[in-house]
Amino acid sequence: MAPKLPPQHSLQQSSTAVAGGQSHHEHHAQPKGIMRWLLTTNHKEIGSLYLIFSLVMFFIGGIFALVVRAELFQPGLQLVEPEFFNQMTTMHGLIMVFAAVMPAFTGLANWMIPLQIGAPDMALPRLNNFSFWLLPVAFILLLSTLLMPGGGPNFGWTFYAPLSTTYAPPSTTFFILALHIAGISSILGAINIIATILNMRAPGMRMMDMPLFVWTWLITAFLLIAVMPVLAGVITMMLMDINFGTSFFDAAGGGDPVLFQHLFWFFGHPEVYIMILPAFGIVSAIIPTFARKRLFGYASMVYATAAIALLSFLVWAHHMFVVGLPLTAELFFMYSTMLIAVPTGVKVFNWVTTLFRGSISFEPPMLFALAFVVLFTIGGFSGLMLAIAPADFQYHDTYFVVAHFHYVLVPGAIFAIMAGVYYWLPKWTGHYPHERLAQCHFWCSVVGVNLTFFPMHFAGLAGMPRRIPDYALQFADFNMLSSIGAFFFGVSQLIFVLVVVLCVKGGKKAPAKAWEGAEDLEWSVPSPAPLHTFETPPVFHRTHPSE
Amino acid sequence: MTEYEMVRKAGVQRTVIRSVAALIGMFAFAFALVPLYDVFCRITGLNGKVDTTAQAIVHEEVDQSRYVTVQFITRGSAGLPWQMSVATRQMRVHPGQAAEVEFTFTNNSHQESWGRAVPSVSPSNATAHVRKVSCFCFQEQLLQGDERLTVPLVFQLSRDLPEEINTITLVYTLYPVHNMAMGASVNNNNTLGDEI
Ligand code: HEM
Ligand SMILES: [Cu+2]
Repeated sequence: MAPKLPPQHSLQQSSTAVAGGQSHHEHHAQPKGIMRWLLTTNHKEIGSLYLIFSLVMFFIGGIFALVVRAELFQPGLQLVEPEFFNQMTTMHGLIMVFAAVMPAFTGLANWMIPLQIGAPDMALPRLNNFSFWLLPVAFILLLSTLLMPGGGPNFGWTFYAPLSTTYAPPSTTFFILALHIAGISSILGAINIIATILNMRAPGMRMMDMPLFVWTWLITAFLLIAVMPVLAGVITMMLMDINFGTSFFDAAGGGDPVLFQHLFWFFGHPEVYIMILPAFGIVSAIIPTFARKRLFGYASMVYATAAIALLSFLVWAHHMFVVGLPLTAELFFMYSTMLIAVPTGVKVFNWVTTLFRGSISFEPPMLFALAFVVLFTIGGFSGLMLAIAPADFQYHDTYFVVAHFHYVLVPGAIFAIMAGVYYWLPKWTGHYPHERLAQCHFWCSVVGVNLTFFPMHFAGLAGMPRRIPDYALQFADFNMLSSIGAFFFGVSQLIFVLVVVLCVKGGKKAPAKAWEGAEDLEWSVPSPAPLHTFETPPVFHRTHPSE
Repeated sequence: MTEYEMVRKAGVQRTVIRSVAALIGMFAFAFALVPLYDVFCRITGLNGKVDTTAQAIVHEEVDQSRYVTVQFITRGSAGLPWQMSVATRQMRVHPGQAAEVEFTFTNNSHQESWGRAVPSVSPSNATAHVRKVSCFCFQEQLLQGDERLTVPLVFQLSRDLPEEINTITLVYTLYPVHNMAMGASVNNNNTLGDEI
């Protein structure tokens, strides 16, 4: 059998450089100003909209986090009321998950998937416009609940019933509506991505030739289609419990609050993989480029991603070890959770092996990708500690869990998004990002992230509970460090905005193939990529022996 | 439209139809999980859910060789001005033997109100072996203002109660019932939230 080689392709014929207005279905004049953005069906413009939206939300969610960290700077209650503190932790989580990380990945998908598979646009361009514009509606609605009587959601991003039903503030109905709209947006986005990947690939490109970013997004989109309806179902049940007197989650009427947790985490655990699989794809594109080697184990990467996705349906109750599961269930969920670490380990192994004996250079995308590999792995290890059911009885609902998921999400998902942005900015804008500033952003972020989240491990192991505005004196030092780190990290993200703005305005010109070792199809179109690319499909040509 | 584009379009349509079908299926599945979960819990006794219908006494030989301690815990509820107490906190019975305990409900307010005591058994593998012959927990209850009501619980532990179980705890939690049937849809959720 021939060794499994990653795809290596060249273009026989590519008719890419069809500039702006020349395209054949673009005869009418483009609307100008705001209408252009409201009505655009172009995957690149919609991609940019998603990314800008996500960046704005990243800062709003970040400000909420800083309110939390400011209150926790010292023990005692000083800055905000406990009620408001709860709204801040809740809104921070909701905004970061649903309005920052998920839309950022969808934005990258919109921009890059058509370019990476040689398609002229997404399969359903108008639906694409609609999915995007649902998002501002959803999150303006969600943010407006903060101003409503009784305040916004205050029950944590996991909105456990009956806190979110019987004891919830009156604004909860709007929270449910906002989440429904955001959910519809992701579902439509997912359908569009699946339809694009399955049907719009350049002639000759087989599934196993697709870049890993495309693969991981395909699998993510399947996960979205499988679990977003479950989330929609759960919040519909909450809505009915609150407004129509049903008792899905109300023990008084024969319902069960534990049922809520099962349903939520049946959605929630795959959801955390929705936030990390595309990140794996981005990192799998960047590391080979800057190590100037092919990705080690392309096929095993694809299978590992699929395995993670399948297993993610079997582990949800590791969030519920302490609800009183029977022993067999505790054991089942403990072992199945640990099993997920195997395909995850395969990925880390492949990245490291790709680096091995590569000729590595450390451009900003690569810096972020390398930090991703190291810091995400730390998050994976703390995950394994939490997966030990008897140990989780101690760790559950402490800052240790907070440390775990911030390691996998901030230097995990968010670093990968930033790596992707630095990697593809030359393609989007035609300019390289300012190298010095980007490095500065990187080092500040790495220091900030670790200073913020590493001490949380210790606070958690020592027993500090999460989601509480005050704490015992022995946790004071850890919390002070975390708060200093958080403000440092938050302010450093302004450098990121500066780099992006400068890069849009000008900078060193980038050629079509902006990075020496970059191989995928997107590098065959000019930089900046013209509004319309691959109007006539390129013929995809494989140069390695087929598998 | 070229042939290539037509093929693409048909493919996209097929994908969309399948995805929408999957979506609807998963949405329905979420709701189907509710009864499935209930059935699962009842069959396995997980979660301490006991049957909410009366069961007949089974006349089987009482296992004199073995004593099991049955404990009773009662818990009030925010939003229901009732008190619930039990005649004995703890009793020892033989498997197979029928036993009776009295529970007393007191309405501390001057208004009538509806409430319900929801039972839960632990350890959960004992659930299936607690046979309730008559229980106030089968229905919702109405208490007039200041009323005091004493009701019996008659139960029997089945003889096949697993060997290793020698203590069973029965917990009753009181919940207010917002009587929907009477058209007075009093959803006090929010006021409740404020009190807490
Ligand atoms: C080796 C892989 C992983 C393992 C074994 C693992 C295990 C766990 C366990 C057992 C918990 C529950 C802790 C508790 O509440 O007591 C947990 C929580 C969490 N994990 Fe992971 N995890 C892994 C990877 C990830 C990844 C990749 C993400 C997201 C990108 C993630 C996101 C989260 C989140 C958000 C929570 C907390 C949810 C909450 O309660 O708010 N985990 N993890
Ligand atoms: Cu999980």
